[in-house]
Amino acid sequence: MSSEILCIIWFILLNVLLIGYAILDGFDLGVGILHPFVAREDTERRLVMNSIGPLWDGNEVWLVTFGGALFAMFPNAYASIFSAFYLPFVLLLFALIFRAVSLEFRSKRLSTGWRSFWDIIFFTGSTLAALLFGVAVGTLMQGLEISELGDYRGSFLDMVTVFSVLVGLFTVALLAMHGSIFLYMKTEGNLQQRLLVWMKGTFYVFLALFIVVTLWSTLLVPASLQHFGDYPLLWVVPLLNLLAIANIPRAISQHRPFYAFISSCCTIAALVFLFSAAIFPDLLPASNNPEYSITIFNAASSVLTQKIGLIIVAIGMPLVLSYTVLIYWTFRGKVELGADSY
Amino acid sequence: MESVVLLSRLQFAFTIMFHYIFPPLTIGLGIIIAYLETRYYLTKKPMFAIACQFWTRIFVLNFAIGVASGIVMEFQFGTNWASYSRFVGDVFGSALAAEGIFAFFLESGFLAVVAFGRKKVRSGFYLFSVYMVALGSVFSAVWIVVANSWQQTPAGHHIVDILRPGTLADGSAGMVPWVVDGIVQRRAEILNFVEMVFNPSSVQRLSHVLLGCVAVGAFFVLSVTAYYILKGKHRDFAQASLQGALILGLLSSLGLAVNGHTQAQQVYKNQPAKLAAFEGHFETGRADLNIIGWPNAAEERIDFGIGIPGGLSFMVFDDLTFSKKVVGLDRFKPEDRPPLIIPYLSWRAMVGIGGLMIVICSLGLFFNYRKTLAQKGWLLWAFVFGIGFVMVANQSGWIAAEVGRQPWTVHPPVVWDSSGSDLELGADGFYQYDERLGLRTVNSVSVAVSPAEAKSSLILFTILYLALAAVWILVLDRKIRQGPEPVHQPEGDVEEGYRKATIDRQHARLDHGDRQGGAA
Repeated sequence: MSSEILCIIWFILLNVLLIGYAILDGFDLGVGILHPFVAREDTERRLVMNSIGPLWDGNEVWLVTFGGALFAMFPNAYASIFSAFYLPFVLLLFALIFRAVSLEFRSKRLSTGWRSFWDIIFFTGSTLAALLFGVAVGTLMQGLEISELGDYRGSFLDMVTVFSVLVGLFTVALLAMHGSIFLYMKTEGNLQQRLLVWMKGTFYVFLALFIVVTLWSTLLVPASLQHFGDYPLLWVVPLLNLLAIANIPRAISQHRPFYAFISSCCTIAALVFLFSAAIFPDLLPASNNPEYSITIFNAASSVLTQKIGLIIVAIGMPLVLSYTVLIYWTFRGKVELGADSY
Repeated sequence: MESVVLLSRLQFAFTIMFHYIFPPLTIGLGIIIAYLETRYYLTKKPMFAIACQFWTRIFVLNFAIGVASGIVMEFQFGTNWASYSRFVGDVFGSALAAEGIFAFFLESGFLAVVAFGRKKVRSGFYLFSVYMVALGSVFSAVWIVVANSWQQTPAGHHIVDILRPGTLADGSAGMVPWVVDGIVQRRAEILNFVEMVFNPSSVQRLSHVLLGCVAVGAFFVLSVTAYYILKGKHRDFAQASLQGALILGLLSSLGLAVNGHTQAQQVYKNQPAKLAAFEGHFETGRADLNIIGWPNAAEERIDFGIGIPGGLSFMVFDDLTFSKKVVGLDRFKPEDRPPLIIPYLSWRAMVGIGGLMIVICSLGLFFNYRKTLAQKGWLLWAFVFGIGFVMVANQSGWIAAEVGRQPWTVHPPVVWDSSGSDLELGADGFYQYDERLGLRTVNSVSVAVSPAEAKSSLILFTILYLALAAVWILVLDRKIRQGPEPVHQPEGDVEEGYRKATIDRQHARLDHGDRQGGAA
């Protein structure tokens, strides 16, 4: 296999990992964003947290593996992106730590003050993580000013633009909607009735932001449609995305939340795909000089490393998928509180 | 630049030391829980069920913080050490990616069953899940220690110019070395994955790390059970756990000593400057073994030292004449020498505590055999606080290993002369490292990061981690004081309140055959 084909295969595999992360941890983060709003008293809060209790940890591993794969297969991109997003990623790490420890610590004491404190931390961590993921995506679409070696030249404030913040808010809305559909499937009774309202509400916020972000990126971010002229087949993805989005309220009103959930999964997958298609073949577009852009070709590891990676994936991925199916099957159905719950 | 290097080193040291509180606990406890679950599965004695539930809850608490603080480590290679990442990614990255796919998915997936699924799955599958979590945590140690060992004793790779499209000498288009500001960019690329994984130090270092984790697990169990015996609480539970933990503690401590000895010999072969720093050995020649002392780098001697003459010659070569020549720091240029005081002291802390671990486990087993251990309050208190020292020993070992690796992040190879007893020296009398085959720490950091950014993140991590450590100790302390609780047997389990209501509704729904929406 030639080096170029391997680079493209790895670019696709990284997208698979990123989509897996965005869909799976996406609903965890969404649940965290909604947590203070949909749950009214302690038992409901515990139900909301325990709906992701056995799942969030494994879902986060998709991010870890994505990071490891980016490091291994495109070390220059990993180095440049992570060092460019220094402060945002430090904050992201804090947000993920907040989310993890609030789940773990909250139930360890009965006092209201203790539990409310961890509720706030849980909400803050989840929301901040979603926001920062979105800001990073928006920033990457616009490109960064980098040196020939790929080192970012600006400061944190330079990357905070209206567009990147908008994509951040859009991500929060998207994941809140995704999380509300997930929670609807996992709950029952009054809590579930309330979630019906939240599903619809978050959907319309998501829709509004989707329209704004789509218009903004097609009109003002030149990269977003650069390949659509050469490959008209790509138009299938945004069209399918629109169908998926339209199907969400339809499935909700038909009381088929599982279809709504599948639709929002498809929407997330399509959005990640469109993001990757927009910047392809770059991983980090240089806004100052296109020659400095870090692409999947000039950032790639050696052919041997790419092949070793494929062997690791060939052995590992079937195992990973079987654990994932197994765990989701074991914890299927409505969430319930027991002696081992958070 | 220098300040970003220092701040990034401090941040890495602080965050990895915080993180490393948790993996040894989970690896060690995971193995102990696997043993207890097996006993429970085979005997169905309630005693084992109680013990499993108690240790599992502590395990889960530690695991969550271990995961959260572990992601920080993966991100930091990119955020703070971008130049390093570009240099090593081709080799080092594969090991990290393998860790994610083979280890983290395994342990986090089955941890869900272990933590939340006891009543949801059959007992055989539950036992299998416990094994998988233990296996996954061991795997994670494997890959990260492999990656770290490659930095210490690189193998299975070559260091080459990075090629980019350009114009060849004959004017045609082709791949040419990538030159930025007159400097040819180079990186490590893999040649042989198996040689990289089994580099000269990885097997010994991995054994040492895993034995250290088992020791932490054993001493953690000892600490809790000794406390219960002292307080006269949960007697049966404590007594049942104590003996096993004593045996495990003694075996792991003895293993650490034997493995540590051979590992030190390997360090001498591949990183002689590091061993010289551990031992404060300045002058090449017959080497003494310092028991205690204070290294004086300026005067190149050990102050207030008490040592065994020729002891280090014996340790390095198993040389009964106590006289063989050991290469000292004088063979290295000042800028190629590791710092002295930190490796010297942390090395001694690790070895010293390791010796004490053997002593107190032996005493514990002796008095346990004589059935008088419960009266030996001093020894039980030593066990209660022992875990803190074992943790310090684990951390010290890593400090010695990593500070002793300086001034390199990727250590260049060391070439011995034909006799094998001394290094190939340059005309100036010093060993000449091939700079192109290694990477210095000062050249490893992120250019994009400013001192102000590095400083703010370090301050934030310090505040966050100290707060987390305080809450963790608080929660852990309460759990231990509460002690093990009787386990509800499935048959006699009285369901009540919300849970009963939920389950009733669940059954009602299933009875009606309405399964809609439950498929996630």
